[in-house]
Amino acid sequence: MTTNNMTFRLGGAAGDGVESSGAGLCQALARGGLHVFGLPDYYSRIRGGHNFFSVRVSDQPLYSHEEPVHLLLALTEETIPRHRDKIVNGGAIVYDSSQISPEQVAGNADYKSALSRGVQFLPVPLSEMAKEKAGTELARNTLALGVAAGLTGFDLEPMESVIRQNFARKGQAVVDGNLAVIEAGYREGQKYAADFPFKLERRPDAPPRMVLNGTDAFSLGALAGGCRFVAGYPMTPGSLALHWFAARAAKYGVAIKHAEDEIAALNMAIGAGYVGARAMVPTSGGGFSLMVEALGLAGITEIPVVIYNAQRPGPATGLPTRQEQSDLLFMLHASQGEFARFILAPGTHEGCFVAGWRALNLADKYQTPALVLSDHYLAVAIRTLELDAFDFEAVEIERGELLAQEDLDALEEPYLRYRLTPSGVSPRAVPGHPKAVYVSTANEHDESGAISEEAANRTAQVDKRMRKMEGMAREVEGPSWYGPEEAELTFLCWGSTYGPLREAVDRLNEKQSGRANMLHFSALHPFPREATEAALQRTKRTIMVEGNATGQLETLLRARTGRAVDGAIHRYDGRAFTPEYILARVSEEV
Amino acid sequence: MLTRKDFEGKERPTWCPGCGNFGILNAVKMALAEQNIAPHQILIVTGIGCGSKLPHYMKVNGFHTLHGRPVAVATGARLANHGLRVMVVHGDGDGYGEGLSHFLNAARRNINIVDLVQDNRVYGLTRGQYSPTSEQGKRTPTTPEGSIDGPVQPLAMAISAGATFVSRGYSGELKHLAWIIGEALKHPGYALVDVLQPCVTWNRAYAYDFYNERVYKLEDEAGYDPTDRTAAWEKAYEWGERIPIGIFYRGEPLPTYEEQVPGLKAGPLVEQPLEKLRPEQIEALQAEYI
Repeated sequence: MTTNNMTFRLGGAAGDGVESSGAGLCQALARGGLHVFGLPDYYSRIRGGHNFFSVRVSDQPLYSHEEPVHLLLALTEETIPRHRDKIVNGGAIVYDSSQISPEQVAGNADYKSALSRGVQFLPVPLSEMAKEKAGTELARNTLALGVAAGLTGFDLEPMESVIRQNFARKGQAVVDGNLAVIEAGYREGQKYAADFPFKLERRPDAPPRMVLNGTDAFSLGALAGGCRFVAGYPMTPGSLALHWFAARAAKYGVAIKHAEDEIAALNMAIGAGYVGARAMVPTSGGGFSLMVEALGLAGITEIPVVIYNAQRPGPATGLPTRQEQSDLLFMLHASQGEFARFILAPGTHEGCFVAGWRALNLADKYQTPALVLSDHYLAVAIRTLELDAFDFEAVEIERGELLAQEDLDALEEPYLRYRLTPSGVSPRAVPGHPKAVYVSTANEHDESGAISEEAANRTAQVDKRMRKMEGMAREVEGPSWYGPEEAELTFLCWGSTYGPLREAVDRLNEKQSGRANMLHFSALHPFPREATEAALQRTKRTIMVEGNATGQLETLLRARTGRAVDGAIHRYDGRAFTPEYILARVSEEV
Repeated sequence: MLTRKDFEGKERPTWCPGCGNFGILNAVKMALAEQNIAPHQILIVTGIGCGSKLPHYMKVNGFHTLHGRPVAVATGARLANHGLRVMVVHGDGDGYGEGLSHFLNAARRNINIVDLVQDNRVYGLTRGQYSPTSEQGKRTPTTPEGSIDGPVQPLAMAISAGATFVSRGYSGELKHLAWIIGEALKHPGYALVDVLQPCVTWNRAYAYDFYNERVYKLEDEAGYDPTDRTAAWEKAYEWGERIPIGIFYRGEPLPTYEEQVPGLKAGPLVEQPLEKLRPEQIEALQAEYI
């Protein structure tokens, strides 16, 4: 018997409500005092296909999903063969026997091997029961969650509270129907509970926790940091942040624009930034490709703007709803010409929150674009977090050398927007003051903003813009350590690989103390060279783990430090790293 | 009272002698002075092209952006500060070629900007290629056998897109042009000012003589009613022995985009205090996730 340590997986077709049910399950488990890590897996289509949602549960905080499944809830026939091999010994498959016949379940060679491992196949007429109790087969996903609660012995009350909340806007009849359905499912699950060894217990003393994904975390941070202008164009998974702000724009005084395309979106944000708003554009790699020329405009005119890129596999359309970390070098080099920029790559939900407000400050202080690299995994993965996980107190709104009305009133000399300064940052006036009337231009310009093709001026202005990198380098954090101070293996990673790799490190050290630790990079440009070199002094054998085919951080590490790694693990099949994936390849590597 | 002199810049224009842009520059200054809009109260956003250098040659807040994108930049500026007057100045390649989609979208949204297009029917700064408004069959470096594309119809397109102020001026009719720009500045919402502009270097077939012989003012035309949308749309196609200039269409003003944005109800965005979230706001946000 195992308590509070298992993974559910709910599988069906697009349109079956798999994602909303999965999210609801996460919420219910969190209200029951448990930690969850929820991950949707879906195709780029609105109906059909195969979607599933995994919910991992524990008494401990979770940073990653894992591959083994303890309870599979199958709404469609296809769900069973796709996930049967992931079911642990003694685990169970609950299937909708109104839609899937016993012959379909058994008609596969793997069926017997699953049986021999003690996997139970539990037929429940989900569709029929849902229709009977709620008047619609659509409620069968709720019913499946009830069965899961019955099997695991989890208290129904948190689930009922989530149903009451989530279905409230659809009317009392729908709430009542779903409550009846979940109770019927619960009783059905109880019938098999004695033989199901994975149990869940409420932890009533646990504090209330938040359940949210990386998009929520980043957006909360950006709002807290004073983001008041958001423009974008829908593209998975970046548009989730656009939705987030749209839903809250009226309440928090944010101007939000779903633009005609991504080119317009970034140009709008630059226009907003030019007149003094804190502006952000959420997108994904394809959208960012369209924004590249405008990125250079922000660079040469020195206008602060934040670009949030939730990466997905490319090139072109690639795999729209899947995972990859392959835009790093693109983000670093995008645009003709050279200028200063930040690239942040938070690895956790907590990191996303901080990146949300810090990027706005960095962009304003250095009057240059700040790019935040997230990815599909981080954008959609749901975690439980303590209420104090996001430190709203620590949020600061720093606008850098933005001239206030009084400063401008007191101006005695002609205002020079692009004044040559030791830091490279020139005091900035936004349009509207009679003493600071100036032109900004995408052409090279002199200190006043006038177009200039003079050689000496060109060198001086390029130097000024690049000089910002010195101050910027002092702003970025070096790689962070996780694990024991000394270890045989040191893993290097960036962005969302943090979670699965952290768990892989834990598991290696459980087997053998001092086996592994890891270095996570959450700031990639300016590259934290000195901190990295110091950190690498402490390593014995290094393995880079990144979600791309070519080793982009590996390339960058070599370019910035001259250091190579001893081994590398890549993943670019569109799926997120798992602890198991990493561990399997560590044994190959070593 | 402001005068043209209040808008005098320090830089000398780099335009060719006789360029239509001189007339446009003067008309813009005259219109701003007449409307009593001081240099710091307006932002002129331009694209890339000879004429887009205009704000460098006067005293005004200017943002000389990318080819084809000034309307998008201006839209963002207006959404972030609708207390600031915003005017876009760009060429026909910029506005009707690379920026065509932004033009139509700004018109349908009714963003409160004046969109002045220096329409010389040719690319100047890149040396004489055919433009979106060039006549079919035009021989240029990129169309040595004659262009196959038909010209775009900017005035008809603006009317179709929902613009409520659609006009055409001529750089050789300075006072008339200044009047149109002034009317456009007064109009709440998107206002198109297409300006016929000779390019004396690359498009000599359409020099001053050509236009001087043909243009006539719509306000002098007996019976022309600029509030009649259908008549305006038909008039927009008149091009030949007679070429109309003036205000083609002036409809009932519609609510501007900016005044309908829920997040802007408190006033211009940049004038709102930028403060940390209050404890009750933080609690409300956290509560969404519990």
